[in-house]
Parts: sequence; C-alpha cells; structure tokens
Amino acid sequence: MSIWEYANPAKFMRTTDKVLPWLVVSATICVLGGIVWGFLTPDDYRQGSTVKIMFLHVPAALMAINIWVMMLVTSLVWIIRRHHVSALAAKAAAPIGAVMTLIALITGAIWGQPMWGTWWEWDPRLTSFLILFLFYVGYIALWSAIEDPDSAADLTGVVCLVGSVFALLSRYAVLFWNQGLHQGASLSVQSGERMSAVYRYPLYLSMIGFALLFLALVVIRTRTEIRKRRLAALQAQEARA
Amino acid sequence: MIDLGRYTGTVLAAYGVSVVLLAGLIWHSIAANTRARRNLEKHRNDA
Repeated sequence: MSIWEYANPAKFMRTTDKVLPWLVVSATICVLGGIVWGFLTPDDYRQGSTVKIMFLHVPAALMAINIWVMMLVTSLVWIIRRHHVSALAAKAAAPIGAVMTLIALITGAIWGQPMWGTWWEWDPRLTSFLILFLFYVGYIALWSAIEDPDSAADLTGVVCLVGSVFALLSRYAVLFWNQGLHQGASLSVQSGERMSAVYRYPLYLSMIGFALLFLALVVIRTRTEIRKRRLAALQAQEARA
Repeated sequence: MIDLGRYTGTVLAAYGVSVVLLAGLIWHSIAANTRARRNLEKHRNDA
C-alpha cells in the first residue's frame, strides 16, 4: 500500500469516514482536558495566574507554525505530483492556521501587557508572527480571488514557499536575535532547566489536543473542498452536455 | 471558585477570546461541510 493511494478523492473520503469520529472524540477529550487542567494549575511565583494563558498560547503558536509547514509539504506535493487532494488539504488548513496564529497573537498581547508592560513590541518573534498571520490572510484571499482551481493551487503554492521563511523565522528568531522581549522555547528536548511537571503535563496534553483538533478540522474541511469540487465538476459536465 | 487574584481579567480575557475563536472555527467548518454535502446530495437527487 502506498501513501499516494490517499491522493484519490474517493479513497480519501472512504478512509476519513472511518477515522474522523475517532479524531473528533480524541481531540475533544484532549483539548478540553488540557485547557481545564491548565486552568486548574497553581499560580507561578513570578507570573501569578497569568501562567494559565500558556496552555492556550503555546499550543496555538506551535500549531500556527506547523500548519504552515504542513501546507508547504502539501503544496510541494501538488506542484511536483499534481495530486488534487493535497492542494485541497493545503487550502483547507489555511483558515485553521490563521485562527491559531490569531489566538497566539491575541493571547500573547494579553499576557504581555501585565508581564512586559506593553501589549505589543516590534520584537523579532512577534513581528515574524504578525507577518505569518498576514501571509495566511493573503493565502486565503488568493485562493478566493482566482477562479481556476489549478492556477489558484499553483500560485498559492508559491506564496506558501515564500511564507515558509517567516514560519521558520517565527520559530527560530529568538535563537539568533537576542534583542527581543520574547523568551526562548518553553519546552526543550535538550537537558538543562526544565519546566515544572505541574505545568509540563497539562501543556503536553493541550499541545496534543490542539494537534488532534487541527487534524479533525483539516479532514472535515478537505472533505468539504472535495464535495464542492465534485459538485462543480458535475455541473460543468451537465453544462457541456 | 478559583481565585485568579489581580490577573482575573487578563486570564479570563485570554480564555474567552480563544474559546470564541475556536468555537467559531469549529462551527464554520461543520456548517460548510454540511452545506457542501447537502448541495451535492440535492444535485444527485435532481439529476
């Protein structure tokens, strides 16, 4: 069995029909569990109760970057192999990524006000995140502006390629630009100072929940796009007959 | 009731905005999918 079998819309619909209920249930449990558990964690000795914002801010920011990477991969699959499902998956993922970026930006601003004394700072990570959000908006706008779906997929694929610079920049900006206000990575696989387990485990659950929520939503939205494409094809077929 | 201290407004605002945005995204995804499925079924039944 090859992964390319799923590029067949009928096969994709059949498979996701079976997988989707499990994804929805597990995403609901993990997102609600992670957020509620996070909300119930004790106050941090320096940040007080604002530490609870981390359980939304960090998973949303993580997903904002990773969704763009997923869109890059699926766009490349479209550009190289011309599989329609991959182009539709990239299109379906963009609004989810835009919402995740917006949540990260808003919760970051709300968190930043009492901690940094400002809602916004032209810090490398914040700025690259804002640019990433604008790329998401531009990507969605470009899909709606072009009538021919194949041309739209080609052009948005190029936008995706360019936007990847900012997606990666927003991830690694704090490593090579030290002048920013934003702290480094909250979690690291390297040894050293680690976050307390009291915060770490609910954060892991919330991150898993956001990832599962994304998977569930991207499957639902890709199925929507496939149905819309099918209807358009049937209508075009009848118009020709 | 959990005491959020002097940051009550800050924490609730962050959770409120996030829940509204996520709920909106989920609602939009499900509504669009239902609409697309209904339109396709209607077209097949009419044909």
